[in-house]
Amino acid sequence: MQPFQYVRPASTLDVLASLRSAAGGGQRPDTAFLAGGTTLMDLMKLGVMQPARLIDLTALANDHGRIRLGSKHLLLGAFAKMADAAAHPDVRKHYPVVAQSLSLAASAQLRNMASLGGNVLQRTRCAYFRDPSWAACNKRTPGSGCAAAAGANRQHAVLGTSEQCIAAYPGDFAQALLALDASVSLLGPKGPRTLLFRELHRLPQDTPHRETRLQEGEIITGFLLPVAPWTHRSLYVKIRDRQSYEFAVASAAVALDLDGLRVRQARIALGGVASVPWRADEAEDLLRGKILDAGLAAQAARLAFSKAVAQSHNAFKIRVGQAAVVRALMQAARMEVDHG
Amino acid sequence: MAIKQNAGGQVTRRRFIVGSAQGGAVALMSSRAGQAQANPVVPTSMTEQPGAAVAMTLHVNGRKQLLQADPRASLLDALRESLGLTGAKKGCDHGQCGACTVLVDGRRELSCLNLALAAQGREVVTIEGLAAPDGSLHPVQQAFIDHDAFQCGYCTPGQILSAVGCIQEGHATTAEDVRETMSGNLCRCAAYPNIVAAVLQAREKMGA
Repeated sequence: MQPFQYVRPASTLDVLASLRSAAGGGQRPDTAFLAGGTTLMDLMKLGVMQPARLIDLTALANDHGRIRLGSKHLLLGAFAKMADAAAHPDVRKHYPVVAQSLSLAASAQLRNMASLGGNVLQRTRCAYFRDPSWAACNKRTPGSGCAAAAGANRQHAVLGTSEQCIAAYPGDFAQALLALDASVSLLGPKGPRTLLFRELHRLPQDTPHRETRLQEGEIITGFLLPVAPWTHRSLYVKIRDRQSYEFAVASAAVALDLDGLRVRQARIALGGVASVPWRADEAEDLLRGKILDAGLAAQAARLAFSKAVAQSHNAFKIRVGQAAVVRALMQAARMEVDHG
Repeated sequence: MAIKQNAGGQVTRRRFIVGSAQGGAVALMSSRAGQAQANPVVPTSMTEQPGAAVAMTLHVNGRKQLLQADPRASLLDALRESLGLTGAKKGCDHGQCGACTVLVDGRRELSCLNLALAAQGREVVTIEGLAAPDGSLHPVQQAFIDHDAFQCGYCTPGQILSAVGCIQEGHATTAEDVRETMSGNLCRCAAYPNIVAAVLQAREKMGA
């Protein structure tokens, strides 16, 4: 691991000062922020991330670690741990897709450590990105090429890829946030601002090393999830190579607002299959106003993957992804929902 | 440096080797937490030069431990290399196997992905600190013996601490539940059925 300077600001004010210094232009040391550390420590040991300075954000954990249900929003503090959000009674009761996406991710130990903010920023599991002995990775070393394109790409994306990068976004929680139209609260050198969650991640296109729209020195402080009729009838289906402690081959976060069996609104976000957390807008449009049955669900699932581009080893992901969508829609339709 | 003795005053083989390996390499002081000088829990701190060894204070098994370590040291490295607590094992060192599981502030975490510097001010319990002061085993330790829940034993300290966390979280009600929430602890000997039985027995004993 490359040596680094460790900074632990004692207060929110000190953190702000360090955010400003992190955005200090050309002379600024390459800075990384430490919250739960589960991605950062791993990638620093691998030599994939080599920050010259580490800013420990523990001082923000109290102010930005709360979970609170208000009249308009559920607030999830970015420093809340995955395990605590997954176990929170309001989250479990009113936002089941959020609780499920978190409890089906990682292991119990990791869920006790990892923060919600860090979770949505986790890096891809592409083996070529994670192993610097492969020279070609545009995400790790811009302009170096993509070893995965002609390599082992079974786990890679089929949606949102570019010639420069076919890595899949690995997380689960992000799909729940995306499906529920969450917004994300940020704090940076210029103060706080809010972004729609769907704008947080960038498609790889020609710059796969730029993964988000966070600015220099900007951090996530929380997530706001609207109170809405579809949050109760929501769930997360995750299909993986083993039953537990594994990333998704394909997953679907679904939220439905039904009038009997007629769909008022459907929300579908896909995981494991795309470069970024992926909203299936066209499939949602197809469902609106129609009676939901297995045939319609299958039609929506096909539409969700109509623009998919398979790599040499992952064509199966299209069928698995479609199965995840159908399963999620039909299970959500059958849910017993208590709006209390 | 002083080599710790067991209850009978006998120097054990492991303690001799560990003690010798540390001799001179690490400035190690320990005192009862209650007697130690009050130390602010969250100092504004900054390491002077990247890479230079720094002083840090860890709270491990009820004791305050002052040590010098590389700022890059994980909590696992600090426990094993600086404090001689070799119970937590370095399996994968990347948060994938669970062999380094310890309790931090009462919850199971992976010591390999915790930065030692950042673990200051937090209460760490390792397998060495799990038994009662009189030496009587923790119910989970006893259950692992009763059910022969290990073969080579390498993953066992992590399994046991993970099981303690699992039971305290209320996640050990059924065998299925135990398998799911213990999935972060791999056992290459595949002692899984016995581990599940041990966790269920311990949960009953602990009344959780």
